[in-house]
Amino acid sequence: MDLRYTDAEQEFRQELRAWLGSALAQVGPEPARDDWAARRDYETGWQRMLFDAGYAGVNWPAEYGGRGATPTEHLIFLEETERAGAPYVGMNFVGLLHAGPTLVVEASDEQKAAHLPGILQGEHVWCQGFSEPGAGSDLASLACRAFRDGDDYVVSGQKIWTSFAHVADYCEMLVRTDTDVPKHKGISWVIMDMTSPGIDVRPLRTMEGSTEFCEMYLDEVRIPIADRVGAENDGWRVAMTTLSFERGTAFVSEMLQTMELCRELADLAAHITRGTATAWDDAGLRRDLGRVAAELDALWALTKRNISEATRTGLVGPGGSVFKLAYTDLRHRLGEIALHLLDRASLSLDDLGELPTGQHVQGRIHGISMTIAAGTTQVQKNIIAERILGLPKEPSVGAREGVK
Amino acid sequence: MDFWLTDDQRELQDGIRSFVHGRFPLEEIAEREETAAVIDPAKWREIGEMGVFSLRSDGFDNRSAVLAFEELGRGLVPGPLVVTHLAAGFVDGAAEGTAIVSMLEEGTGPTLVEHATQATDLVRFTDGGVERIDPSRLSFVSVRRPLDALTPVSTIAGGSTEGAPLAGADARALWLAGVVFTAALQVGTAAAAVDLATAYAMEREQFGRPIGSFQAVKHLLAEMFVKSDVARSAVHAAACALDGAAGHDPVRAASVAKVTAGDAALFCGKTGIQVHGGMGFTWEVHAQRYWKRAVVLDNNFGSADHHARLVAEMISSEAS
Repeated sequence: MDLRYTDAEQEFRQELRAWLGSALAQVGPEPARDDWAARRDYETGWQRMLFDAGYAGVNWPAEYGGRGATPTEHLIFLEETERAGAPYVGMNFVGLLHAGPTLVVEASDEQKAAHLPGILQGEHVWCQGFSEPGAGSDLASLACRAFRDGDDYVVSGQKIWTSFAHVADYCEMLVRTDTDVPKHKGISWVIMDMTSPGIDVRPLRTMEGSTEFCEMYLDEVRIPIADRVGAENDGWRVAMTTLSFERGTAFVSEMLQTMELCRELADLAAHITRGTATAWDDAGLRRDLGRVAAELDALWALTKRNISEATRTGLVGPGGSVFKLAYTDLRHRLGEIALHLLDRASLSLDDLGELPTGQHVQGRIHGISMTIAAGTTQVQKNIIAERILGLPKEPSVGAREGVK
Repeated sequence: MDFWLTDDQRELQDGIRSFVHGRFPLEEIAEREETAAVIDPAKWREIGEMGVFSLRSDGFDNRSAVLAFEELGRGLVPGPLVVTHLAAGFVDGAAEGTAIVSMLEEGTGPTLVEHATQATDLVRFTDGGVERIDPSRLSFVSVRRPLDALTPVSTIAGGSTEGAPLAGADARALWLAGVVFTAALQVGTAAAAVDLATAYAMEREQFGRPIGSFQAVKHLLAEMFVKSDVARSAVHAAACALDGAAGHDPVRAASVAKVTAGDAALFCGKTGIQVHGGMGFTWEVHAQRYWKRAVVLDNNFGSADHHARLVAEMISSEAS
């Protein structure tokens, strides 16, 4: 049990910090949220800079173009890039954190050669076509149908929550290849070229007002069978590989931002007057904000424990679910503290003069998505109760039936 | 960085766990409830012989100590464990478990002293110092009905509370260690409440199936587990900070541990009772004991609320 970094880890940090110092000087200002063309240039451009400096896919194996860094070095990478204010992984998220790592483990040599360099170099943007209107928490009931026709699958159906679909080049997608077997056993994992005919992408406006999520309608889209990853009908297992990546270090950058948000709220409270005192003189506010800040520190420690476990075992255990549950609950509470502090100013998503209402109100809204996205809080609780505590499953309706 | 138990640490943890399990069965502990001697002096000496009180003076680090205290907390072992440990090396007999050292800690109302009638020595932390008070110069009146039947408390009826400085003691370091080790006890209490409620949820059947298969119940258990597990990481991090890990502020880490472990113990205590339903509200079922101990521990070395406000001051000074 040792929180100290080794000499090699410290050296990695120092080199990275030095590089970030010079590299970030060449990066322009962040484009507007919904200027997708500019965002693509900005985010993939940063990815290219990381690639050229040897920091793309830090934790990917070196033989596939990554740096082959240890989980701890990956954590240091995430920490340093966030603290330095580097561009967020943004639309490279699916490629770097979902599709890429899955390809590394599951894809054929040809598939790896065709796709991994494009992800690492920021050349190709990926999206994820997993969820469907009728398959959310019960993902395995997905019904997007793929029929074989010669060397192709012909795919029809609907996908939802496909982040960045309107700018993506490829989609990692789950399709139904067998309707006569139990639902988990008739799914395949395929790579879909987003320029294929028959794909209709419609932006989905979220309650944040932004449009990074899309709905995707597929009408007889042809996908070469050669673009299937893993065996036919083995896609559920392949997809679970991807999801375990998502629950590892995916929230580290966000969590560090949230720590900063806590400090900013403390500072803001000291500048908001309440009668003859300031908002910070309210012991109740200090108690609530201090509690959130303490829990964030604890989650930082938990992250290090999870990383240490991954180093020893090569796997992210259920600790990822523990983290996700605790962190997303905390985001709700912090958002509520912010809105109470701002009171009527929270009616504005624009900054009000000196008052930085924008980021705090936006942050509150965004926080609401976090207990839903990437496995709802309720799904995470089932995972913890069943996989860690060993409690019996609730009777699962239709688990053994096919999906028509 | 390797924030994971070493083989030696796991061995120590297992050793203390089987000691507590073997020598402090909860049924036996509960038999001494509401008696004048909740602490069995012979067993207290056994804790001393096991090396728990002298752990750090014997050269073990704070990380070892938190592992030991978590196990003692898990077993609901009664007595001023943390204060006696802190007094080892300053108060004769503390290291060996022949002395029982309790503490004067102020709060709302008259000062309540835990285990006053069995304490051989008392300490008190003052602004920047720590002093020793001779309990034989004080007269106590026991509270007839203490909240935790395993933590009797007394008011001071007379005598002098004047103390003598504890020579050679680093009061600040002792206080921080007290905060962190109390948090370790709290993590153990929380974890034991989770274990008890989980076992009950697997065995108790309603509507023809174990209640633990219903999401309404399993989600409570998952919340309990999450709080206890997050708090454990905070306690381990605080122990590393006390042991001098560079870049980790022990003052902040100690408060973080006390906030998260205190909240976890209280939450797991009350939710464990809820999972047990009506039986959880009975004296017979142990679920209530974990919550009551959690309340006691939250009021040792500063409450979770108190430490949360300290953390707020720390982030505020970083911001400006």
